[in-house]
Amino acid sequence: MNFTQAIREAIESLSANKMRSGLTMLGIIIGVAAVIAMLAVGAGAQNSITGSISGIGSNLLFVFSGNMQEQVRNEKPLTMDDANAIADPFQAPSVAAVAPVVQGNAEVTFAGETANTSIMGVTPDYQLVRNYELTEGVFISEDDMLARASVAVLGPDLADKLFGRRDGIVGEIIRVEGQPFRVIGLLQSKGGSTFGSQDDVLLAPMTTTTARLIRRTRERIDVIYVQAVNADQVSQASEEVAEVLRQRHRTLLGEDDFTVFSQQDFVATAQTITNVLTIFLGGIAAISLLVGGIGIMNIMLVSVTERTREIGLRKAIGARRRDILIQFLTESSLLSLFGGLIGIGLGYLIAFIVGRVAAASGTPFVPQVSLDAILLATLFSTAVGLFFGLYPANRAAGLEPVEALRYE
Amino acid sequence: MSAPDAVIRAVELTKTYRMGEVDVHALNGASLEIYRGEVVAITGPSGSGKSTMMNILGCLDRPTSGEYYLDGELVSSLNDDQLASVRNRKVGFVFQSFNLLSRTTALANVELPLRYAGITKGRTDRARQALVAVGLANRIHHRPTELSGGQQQRVAIARALVNDPAMLLADEPTGNLDSHSGKEIMELILTLNKERGTTIIIVTHDPAIAAQTQRTIRIMDGKVEQPEAAR
Repeated sequence: MNFTQAIREAIESLSANKMRSGLTMLGIIIGVAAVIAMLAVGAGAQNSITGSISGIGSNLLFVFSGNMQEQVRNEKPLTMDDANAIADPFQAPSVAAVAPVVQGNAEVTFAGETANTSIMGVTPDYQLVRNYELTEGVFISEDDMLARASVAVLGPDLADKLFGRRDGIVGEIIRVEGQPFRVIGLLQSKGGSTFGSQDDVLLAPMTTTTARLIRRTRERIDVIYVQAVNADQVSQASEEVAEVLRQRHRTLLGEDDFTVFSQQDFVATAQTITNVLTIFLGGIAAISLLVGGIGIMNIMLVSVTERTREIGLRKAIGARRRDILIQFLTESSLLSLFGGLIGIGLGYLIAFIVGRVAAASGTPFVPQVSLDAILLATLFSTAVGLFFGLYPANRAAGLEPVEALRYE
Repeated sequence: MSAPDAVIRAVELTKTYRMGEVDVHALNGASLEIYRGEVVAITGPSGSGKSTMMNILGCLDRPTSGEYYLDGELVSSLNDDQLASVRNRKVGFVFQSFNLLSRTTALANVELPLRYAGITKGRTDRARQALVAVGLANRIHHRPTELSGGQQQRVAIARALVNDPAMLLADEPTGNLDSHSGKEIMELILTLNKERGTTIIIVTHDPAIAAQTQRTIRIMDGKVEQPEAAR
């Protein structure tokens, strides 16, 4: 009995009972499709999130006040002087640019349209650090800073809310908390709003903001964005920033009263979360594959009982134990292999539809069907067929010819 | 008298089944010899051990004790796979209910024993010749469901003969056929014996069938009655 014959015979006997074979395959199809789709959605989510984190800028460090792990007494806030110290190339040579930020929320109005948005007081370097492009106008300049000019750069979403358009906005006067501000620029969309609204912002000069919009004592600031010279120097820059701040805050001994986060830390955290999500979804999908496998076992047991006489006859004319075993194992593995292949196609389709639905609802999110997932699903489904086929096949192979021939 | 031309030599065969608490002695010291080229009928009332005898002679089952030589080979102590190989090479079965695979053609049915023997070269030709020999040259590609009962039994006989077995073991070969095709099948079996010299054992309780054979072996209470030839 060679291999191709065994396969041909298995296909013959499976197609003799098309309805039953189809329904049995359905279990595997659904299982495999679920696994493929879930892994694709997981991979897509991961890409989307890490993509939007890297969209913030490149080689970034974020410095916050306070320590998230330990209790610290007498926390000192971050100030403009801290930011200036970090920007000093002698104290922190691995730092390329520093952008201190104060942030808050404010009501912005224009011609009767009102929007609640997050406003940020920034320095000119903020554009560099965040990789912002402008679609029109200019960014906040040193002159604006010195003059405490009432000027603003709008994010595209905010422009949509206030003006209903994204061009010809420069020169318009809007009111922020009742005070008039002139629009001098419009940011290009950053997209990927998985991480809050990157496009629904109003940027104003730091000096103006602290004086008029967000009152702060002693030049307190909320976050300092620090850009490292290059990707290799990120951890070096992180060390230097921490050292500078320890000196200034006099916390050389004891716990730091600030936190330095790198972009990679965020990416790593996000990846951990999406990995857990993927494993969770994949696990649930794997259970349905398991149930499909039990379906195969069930049907193969029925098939063995139904074909007891045939098995008896095959044994009578010389089939060995192994021949019968191979015959039934081939049937069950083919069943699950075909189911697996169809399931891969269906899973691909589901992933595609999920991507379309996500795109339609405004979340750019592309599910990714990886080759790994396909190989895994094929292997796994065939293995399920083999495993769950083993018991029925063994039962068939172990039948006594005399008993089997007498079976009605 | 272990003549070299004894295809079957069974010595003091016993077979004991355990049914619940009771031991049932289906065979109780049965001995017999069948020679090459003979046509023999095995008869006996139901419960006599006739079926058990047939199963052991056909290597489907092993005796509890005693020795059984088939074609000079001691087969009573072989394991399952070895028995399968002996059945494949030396025994051709013809069943009352034909036992053909309904999904495959007559040719594929006849090829089956050759497949299990691992023969690939000339397999189709040998199967075709066997079908021609039983008079089904024009039904080679028909499925069993498209054939009459008599034709199906001819396919079964072709399948039994395709491996050139040492003996053909037929269990009530005409039991499921009408009298006309039953007669034809008996004629075919007897012709095959004459032309090919195949040893044939027919298990039956029909005296008319037994009368057409050269010798009748009667089984009674698990023992072989004195052969008629010695009477």
